[in-house]
Amino acid sequence: MSQGLHIQDLTVRYDGVTALDRIQLNIEEHTTLGLVGESGSGKSTLARVVAGLIVPDEGIISLGEEPLTKKRSRAQRKKIQMIFQNPDASLNPRLSIRQLLSEALLFHGIVRRSGLEQRCLELLARVQIDGSALDRYPHEFSGGQRQRIAIARALSVEPELLIADEPTSALDVSVQLSVLELFASLKQELNLTMLFISHDMGVIHAISDTVAVMRHGQLVEINSKERFFARPDTAYGYQLLSAVPKMPAGTYSRRDTP
Amino acid sequence: MKTISAHNLTGPSRKSQGTLRRILKNPTLLGGIIMLAILVLLAILIPVISPYDPSAQDLRAFLQPPSAEHWLGTDQLGRDLFTRLIYAARTDLTIMVLAEIIPFCTGVFLGMLAGYYGKWIDNIISLVTDTFVAFPFYLIVIIVAFASGAGQRGIFITFMLVGWIVFARVTRGVTVSLRQQEWVASAQTLGLSGIRIMFRHILPNVLPQAVVVLMTDMVGLLVAIVTLGYLGIGIAPPTPDWGTMISDGQSFITTAWWLSAMPGLAVVYTGIALSLVGDGLADLWRRR
Repeated sequence: MSQGLHIQDLTVRYDGVTALDRIQLNIEEHTTLGLVGESGSGKSTLARVVAGLIVPDEGIISLGEEPLTKKRSRAQRKKIQMIFQNPDASLNPRLSIRQLLSEALLFHGIVRRSGLEQRCLELLARVQIDGSALDRYPHEFSGGQRQRIAIARALSVEPELLIADEPTSALDVSVQLSVLELFASLKQELNLTMLFISHDMGVIHAISDTVAVMRHGQLVEINSKERFFARPDTAYGYQLLSAVPKMPAGTYSRRDTP
Repeated sequence: MKTISAHNLTGPSRKSQGTLRRILKNPTLLGGIIMLAILVLLAILIPVISPYDPSAQDLRAFLQPPSAEHWLGTDQLGRDLFTRLIYAARTDLTIMVLAEIIPFCTGVFLGMLAGYYGKWIDNIISLVTDTFVAFPFYLIVIIVAFASGAGQRGIFITFMLVGWIVFARVTRGVTVSLRQQEWVASAQTLGLSGIRIMFRHILPNVLPQAVVVLMTDMVGLLVAIVTLGYLGIGIAPPTPDWGTMISDGQSFITTAWWLSAMPGLAVVYTGIALSLVGDGLADLWRRR
């Protein structure tokens, strides 16, 4: 398979603390890498460095054949989009959904003004939001709907890599599932390459092709999903898996399942 | 998977709700607007309302108490006090608004610049603002007023120099906190330019705060204009101005107290009106 994201020796230090320690990571094109680890392990820092929001101290990030420069060009930024954890904060409260969606489309010249409305509606349809949302403001939507709108906006610039930083963890459990299903269907339809961060093993299991584990700023394990969930290579990976709470036996068992 | 529609959204959209109705529901804001409107209307219509010329002297009718002919009486030169009071409002309010426009714009811009870009830009701007804050405001005003000569020019120059600082400080603070918001980060990953993020994304969010500060700051500026007039280094006579009127009436305070009290009350009235508008707006925007 062709190469998607390639990260080599990526290091970030904050005031003497090493947040990322020589990270080596590859994501093949059209696959999803699930990144797990406890809070403070550097997952979000890694996501922000890849998205170009934090400039790394050392290391190389390249997308496809092209190495990304420290100061990224507009075209380079456009290729990597990010979905944030908190849907309350990821949409500017004073812009309408139409303004939010159309801004980047016009700025990058992706569509002309005449095709703008049509494209905005397509984007909303892709994330299963009604077209009547266009002239409303973010506060009129629920967390799950806002997260969908954030996804629509990220997709508006046709990114090559989509980073999702705990996109479901601020949502109600019932909404989490539907947003997760949306990610799964987008992945299929659009052949997305994704870096999906979560501390929820169930979410990682549902969405990833490959699993990477971070701890204290280091990447401790990378494995295929099947192998990781069956028999992780590291003791830490095993700990993470065994820490997943399970329902007591018999709580929700049905007769016809063993 | 089912389509999530917008049907279950609560209430009509924000724009259709009508700004007017929200203003009417806000007694503080409404009161302030009405008080200001009365003053501004009087200032505009005064040539129609009053038969007197603000500088026409009539020594036969000096120091008259309030009457049907002269609503607030006359001053020591026989000029109608009510007419002068409203003409003075014209002078003082015009200077107040004009002297505030440029400092407001530059202050908000520099504050956003410092808050958004941080680093050396922030260091320079913060150094300047902190230095100016350490100076007593009136010291600067009086020095500049003396240096540039009496009149409006001193006020304009002073405010160009120091007026922007309060706006820069407030805007910088708000911008620094907004900068942490994820919507700024997502605008950055979309590849939008810094200037665009500042003006299109951050500005609408800092403007409410800045406007509230503007209202309070205008009260301070009005008092400064009046103080300079009182000290004799502000608006030069015979142009009517509340400050000079207060100081002129001072010698007659025991016999004709209204000569000084009325312009004083006018300052208080305007101050209350502006403060009410400021508080009301803050309230309106906070509830959004």
